[in-house]
Amino acid sequence: MPEIGLSHYLTVAAILFALGIFGIFLNRKNVIIILMSIELMLLAVNINLVAFSTHLGDLVGQVFAMLVLGIAAAEAAIGLAILVVYFRNRGSIAVEDINVMRG
Amino acid sequence: MIAIAFFVFAAVTLASGVMVIASRNPVHSVLFLILAFFSAAGLFVLMGAEFLAMILVIVYVGAVAVLFLFVVMMLDINFVELRQGFLQYLPIGGVIGLVLVVELVLVIGTWAAGTPGGRLADPIAAAGQPSNAHALGAVLYTKYAYLFQASGLILLVAMIGAIVLTHRTRTGVRRQRIADQVRRGADSVEVRKVRSGEGI
Repeated sequence: MPEIGLSHYLTVAAILFALGIFGIFLNRKNVIIILMSIELMLLAVNINLVAFSTHLGDLVGQVFAMLVLGIAAAEAAIGLAILVVYFRNRGSIAVEDINVMRG
Repeated sequence: MIAIAFFVFAAVTLASGVMVIASRNPVHSVLFLILAFFSAAGLFVLMGAEFLAMILVIVYVGAVAVLFLFVVMMLDINFVELRQGFLQYLPIGGVIGLVLVVELVLVIGTWAAGTPGGRLADPIAAAGQPSNAHALGAVLYTKYAYLFQASGLILLVAMIGAIVLTHRTRTGVRRQRIADQVRRGADSVEVRKVRSGEGI
């Protein structure tokens, strides 16, 4: 068994981040999946922060990861609220229709 | 042992990440997102960040994922229609994702080759605290207290924003208006004499 080091965690985080980007490109029409892809990317960033925090023996990374977690929660709440309002106005959540800024 | 746990958690995280973006039903996507967060919490535990792992489970699985689930089930959307054009974006998305993965892995590979010993240190011993939560609290509530307050403020603003966005005042609903009721004076009641056999 190989010893698990920093680069293993960084590779997992990199693949997860790329999966998030890929999901945004793949589901161009579905806003909910796009929001979930953003959550995946934030999770990858958090894994990176915690891995470096552990590697360097510095807790600041974990503090930062916690702040990112909080901001991600706020972002999800606001994004879903906007989604609900948009659906109430337009009756669909297709991203391609969001090119007009009037209700 | 740790290696086996790491590979299991990493594999589950990545597989459920794939399923989040590839699943046909958004409800399944949300459930796979929950699974991804659970196994990422396992990775955090392996890295020695127990407190963050618990916070991840509580905040994401308990709040954010349930919020997603609620919205997915609340909106009445034809998801089959939204899936159209899925294969149309597959090549460009695949190319971009692949390029990104290769770049990131190359960066990590060259970086890891240049640093001696990629082994993870023990952060708890470095901070000199009995547990990870103790160490994190000792840093968070002293040195980064302002940042902590600012993140709380952002959460408050997000809460108010979400309420303001989704709140709607419906017209045509009969409600009890207590101020109007209290304001009524003696002139709002009129006493009339009604003679018998005739109406008003």
